Amino acid sequence: MSNELFTQLTNSLVDGDPDATVEFTRQALAAGIEPMTIIREGLMPGMNTVGDKFSCGEYFLPDLIIAADGMKQAMELLEPELKVRNQSVESLGTVILGTVKGDIHEIGKSLVATMLSANGFKVFDLGVNVPNELFLAKIKETGATILGMSALLTTTMTVQRDIINELKEAGLRAQVKVIVGGAPVTHSWAEEIGADGYAEDAIGAVQLAKQLVSQ
Amino acid sequence: MTQTIKSISQPKLSLNILTPEEVKQIHTTTLDVIESVGVRFPSQKALDILEAHDAQVDRVSMIARIPGHIVEEYLAMMPPTYTLAACDRGLDLPLDGKYSHLGTDGCGVEILDAFNGMLRRSTKQDVMDVARVADYLEGIAFHWVPISAQDCPPQSRSLHELQAIWQVSKKHVQTESVVTEKEARAAVEMAALLAGGREALRRRPLLSIMQCTTSPLAQDGGSLEAGLVAAEAGLPVGYMTMASSGSTGPITLAGNLVVGNAEVISALVLMQMAYPGCPVYYAAAQTITDLRTGAYTGGGPEDYLFGAATNVISDFYNIPLSMGAYATGAKEPDWQAAVDNSLSAFMAVSTLSDMLLGAGLLHGSRIFSYDELLLDCEIWSILHSMFQGIVVNEETLAFDTIQKVGPGGNFLGQKHTRQYMRQRWQPTLMDRRPYEQWNAKKDGARQWAREKAQHILSDYHPEPLEPGLLKELDKIISHIEKDE
Repeated sequence: MSNELFTQLTNSLVDGDPDATVEFTRQALAAGIEPMTIIREGLMPGMNTVGDKFSCGEYFLPDLIIAADGMKQAMELLEPELKVRNQSVESLGTVILGTVKGDIHEIGKSLVATMLSANGFKVFDLGVNVPNELFLAKIKETGATILGMSALLTTTMTVQRDIINELKEAGLRAQVKVIVGGAPVTHSWAEEIGADGYAEDAIGAVQLAKQLVSQ
Repeated sequence: MTQTIKSISQPKLSLNILTPEEVKQIHTTTLDVIESVGVRFPSQKALDILEAHDAQVDRVSMIARIPGHIVEEYLAMMPPTYTLAACDRGLDLPLDGKYSHLGTDGCGVEILDAFNGMLRRSTKQDVMDVARVADYLEGIAFHWVPISAQDCPPQSRSLHELQAIWQVSKKHVQTESVVTEKEARAAVEMAALLAGGREALRRRPLLSIMQCTTSPLAQDGGSLEAGLVAAEAGLPVGYMTMASSGSTGPITLAGNLVVGNAEVISALVLMQMAYPGCPVYYAAAQTITDLRTGAYTGGGPEDYLFGAATNVISDFYNIPLSMGAYATGAKEPDWQAAVDNSLSAFMAVSTLSDMLLGAGLLHGSRIFSYDELLLDCEIWSILHSMFQGIVVNEETLAFDTIQKVGPGGNFLGQKHTRQYMRQRWQPTLMDRRPYEQWNAKKDGARQWAREKAQHILSDYHPEPLEPGLLKELDKIISHIEKDE
């Protein structure tokens, strides 16, 4: 019986039906299946299939985003069960994300947040127009290992440099890898300001993040 | 030197893309969106104005919902025609629905150097150089700020950009980089200086302002407040949507038009509420999202469709349109750039979009290329010729000449041919040489475009701005910089 449920869970992610993912996760918990097993046998195969289909060009971003949404909702049901058993899904790292002060553009940054979460990172998305102090405070509070900053204007892009300097002054520079992004940002700008990396899109950001945490 | 501008007018070709019924549906759906979903106006000043004019305003979310009949009341106040003035009257641009004028694009962040071909970050000197070349080119009717003067302080950058262009050109300037109230006040002051006073500027606005919305369904606070300052001074103000189908707009094209339309007309309504009858224009550069990366694409069949459809919508509102055409997503002046820029420009002119943005930028309006600017102007020249269409009358039917030449004859030596041959299009960059001539050098459009740009940069020196005026502009800019 549980095999059928696992298949249904997997398919709900592949078919992009978050409501079904939630429903089948509930059923699996009610049937007494261990949360780790639900993740391993039902959810991860679905996410992997979605990832594979995306890589070969059959699936597009909306497929990834909707699957990630289903996964997120399923994890919200499973987290309390994991906690009670003193278990947790290992995260690849904690990431602080935000669009810098003076800038309200966030679609790209939000996409990066979604993709990083779906790929096993713990993400704190601080939103837009984020004061420099808030970035630093959140890094201290969470012990984050990655800071990602987005800017869409040449006039706000300069804040990325300011924050890197403030990290140095606060003695936090060594703790985090800093990645930058946004339409006016380029590889040479990232180098110029002393960032650890630059990615042109969300998929690239995930690859970059995985690379940086394994260093 | 008397400059001439080659805009397109009296086209003999036109395109049917949206029926009047379809436009009406787009309009009524837009009104529903503005009334029930609302648009975010993140500016207390703007919300005050909207609320005072019976919009329902939520101060926490900063979302305004405007009843349809109020939107229509204020839309009706927009003046249908006016002129973009220039420092030289001969360069004025009528916006009366009878022309398509081409401008440069903006606002890029990098530039391909004209002489060494290297890619580097743009500076104020680059803004001046590009404007000087644009001043020379008859296809370019007006300037946008083509690239960001990144060596200037952020708070006064947009003013340095204006100063740089005014130093080398008398053509109309439409700026998209003045995005705060403070800069807008200074820009008005600078423009008034050149115009000969505030009243002179209002009568003959040699500067117009362009602002971007933030799709979906939101404005930018600084952009609203800068727009209000410009509108108060009588400068034409436009709001541009760049709704990207699939990410910041619906994946379906009509829906994407609706979202963008709601952003644009709600902003223009705000301008009318504040300054009834102020000159405004629709602006748009809708696109399709790359479904693999979420990125801005800057080209494709959907983009070209938006390029034609939007002027039908702005005609419905009876106001001019500044349309994102050209602006290829290609990273080089290559096949993709040629496809994008030819088709998008053709579509925008096919419904007679009043202003086209814009020539010269690659990679989704991020990299300026002198080669591309010249190539884009050649495309414009081709379109100019195309839109004259095929004229049918006794002279052009040429019966007498046909009779004279007869079967197996030749028209090359005919008087009729000599009389009308200069009506035919002459290439400056398109290569029509015999094969072996090409084979000997294997050069072509790109090289010639580059050489042409280099010549213009080396040899073309327009009359500089009067030193006294330049000094006054410097003062205004210093004042802003000291203030910070």
